[in-house]
Amino acid sequence: MRSISFGQATVEATAAAMREDETVVVAGEDIGWGGNFGQFKGLLEEFGPKRVLDMPISEALILGSAVGAAVTGLRPVASLSFVEFTMGAMDEIINQAAKFRYMFGGQVSVPMVVRASDGVLRSSGAQHSESFEAFFSHMPGLKVVAPSNPADAKGLLRSAIADDDPVIYLENKKITFRKGEVPEGDYRIALGEASVARSGSDVSLITYSVMAQHALEAAQVLFEEHSVEAEVVDLRTLVPLDIESVLTSVAKTRRAVICHEAWTFGGFGAEISSQINEHLFGELAAPVVRVGARSAPIPFSPPLERELVPEASEVVEAVLRTVKL
Amino acid sequence: MAADFKDMETNWEAYRKLFLIRAFEERLETLFAEGKIPGFVHTYIGQEAIAVGVCANLRTDDYITSTHRGHGHAIAKGIDLNGLMAEVFGKVTGICKGRGGSMHVADFSKGILGANGIVAAGTVIAAGAGLSIQTRQEDQVVVCFFGDGGINKGTVHEAMNFCSVKNLPVVFVCENNQYAQFTSRKLTTSVSDLSLRGAAYGMPAVSMDGNDLLEVVEVSQKAIADARVGMGPTLVVADTYRFGGHYVGDPQAYRSKEEVAQSRRRDPLLLFENHLILQGLADKEALELERESILELVDKAVAFAEQSEYPEVRSVIDYVFTDVTEK
Repeated sequence: MRSISFGQATVEATAAAMREDETVVVAGEDIGWGGNFGQFKGLLEEFGPKRVLDMPISEALILGSAVGAAVTGLRPVASLSFVEFTMGAMDEIINQAAKFRYMFGGQVSVPMVVRASDGVLRSSGAQHSESFEAFFSHMPGLKVVAPSNPADAKGLLRSAIADDDPVIYLENKKITFRKGEVPEGDYRIALGEASVARSGSDVSLITYSVMAQHALEAAQVLFEEHSVEAEVVDLRTLVPLDIESVLTSVAKTRRAVICHEAWTFGGFGAEISSQINEHLFGELAAPVVRVGARSAPIPFSPPLERELVPEASEVVEAVLRTVKL
Repeated sequence: MAADFKDMETNWEAYRKLFLIRAFEERLETLFAEGKIPGFVHTYIGQEAIAVGVCANLRTDDYITSTHRGHGHAIAKGIDLNGLMAEVFGKVTGICKGRGGSMHVADFSKGILGANGIVAAGTVIAAGAGLSIQTRQEDQVVVCFFGDGGINKGTVHEAMNFCSVKNLPVVFVCENNQYAQFTSRKLTTSVSDLSLRGAAYGMPAVSMDGNDLLEVVEVSQKAIADARVGMGPTLVVADTYRFGGHYVGDPQAYRSKEEVAQSRRRDPLLLFENHLILQGLADKEALELERESILELVDKAVAFAEQSEYPEVRSVIDYVFTDVTEK
């Protein structure tokens, strides 16, 4: 199979959706020239400026107009370059997109996708480095997708665009140029299905987005250096959450380490931990452990940034603590 | 669909709508005082000529976005009265099945893209509806109702700039009712003539007397016709006055009784009644009979709402997503 980058995989998914359905339009900041990460490259050339819209830096407009377009016959994919920019349009996401279907008694659905790049990348600083999936997952009415590799990026984006509900599609900066094998043609992965990225019997690493890559690195180290067999469950979609796959894995290994780049406090891992405890309390061999960032904005200075945000080595340390129990 | 106010029936229809909105809102005041309506209620009393006059120029497939003070817009655009009343009661027969309430009435089959509890949120939604029309190459129009409170929101700036850049078929109707919630426009807004804001976007802008139905019809007719033929957006400022408080029960300590009484002399219903009588289009008795039949419609809507059931509590999670149900 050919190998392409995460960003290229999302271009393929978007182009396929646009070819199939002429109501799909893409609107966002700096997308005509291809986007910061090449995630829109070639779309303007193929589909023209009526379907690939370079928008003003007006975040509320970009997402609010996506809501208005979505309830009047289009299927917009709206892009904000960095996830922090969604904060200028939280009303449009939380009070409008998420609530329209429920608040109006099911009269309409809001088929739109919000794409935004998240996560740390080489000292991007406090306002271009964060991970906000917990905010979005907390709000009923939003689906939240956070792929970890190019194949999933393609398959999940294709399903997100076809979905009739608003979907927040989070693409991590650190892995956006990373290549992987991606099926050609119309490739889709259903929302709400986790994947077991590596099988193991000693501990379950529950993760998503870039941390799924770090968890796989950690699993290899654990196997080679510590003879620990870690299973990696990549959630891929946070809402709807495939809790069955999590519980199946943890019931087998009896140990869970939840890994994400976002802040641990009030993070998405707290939800996973809580659900594991509710279902498997008596069967656990050790308390559920979380690996995430400590509670501070993401610092600029490289050693500080590295200190705050976990990678594979922190996952290895957490696993070794928990398997000793 | 340009309204022809030389036609007698058009005049009568406008009067019926004006009075229906007034009667509906006054009934809500009573029902609220009686404790029959949950939540809180913002009435449109005093501003009826704007919704009725603007919507007289719209087709059913045209869109409107509305505000927290949205019953009048919804009625003028043709929402089902029983469904509206039942929604305000929180009943399952409500237009939003009791999920929305007074501030969130909508009827997408009539192009009503929702009353909205967030000030000026409708502006960017209207821009998107306009973009949708342009992309689909249709000749629909969007009217975005918002207020003098809303005009200071960033979403107005973002939406107006974009609609102007893209020449979208959106008419921005700013209802200047003089108060942003409990605060006078004079304390909060950089210009007294709100239509001056249009110049920043290269957008035609015009002020009108929002209490004069015929002036509203005429001014909005041009703006809507322009939008429909691809001439882009217009800002229409409708100067008016909110007869009631911000919400029903508001003690209104921020303004004098004299100021309200003064404004009530220019009641849009009275102005239009005078017009009908002076032009020989109606007489007092006929109008009185018409009002009675409209009050009966409101009575029936109240009865419908009161006799309707509340939604079944087990349905509380329904309609969050299209395809996900709680396990």
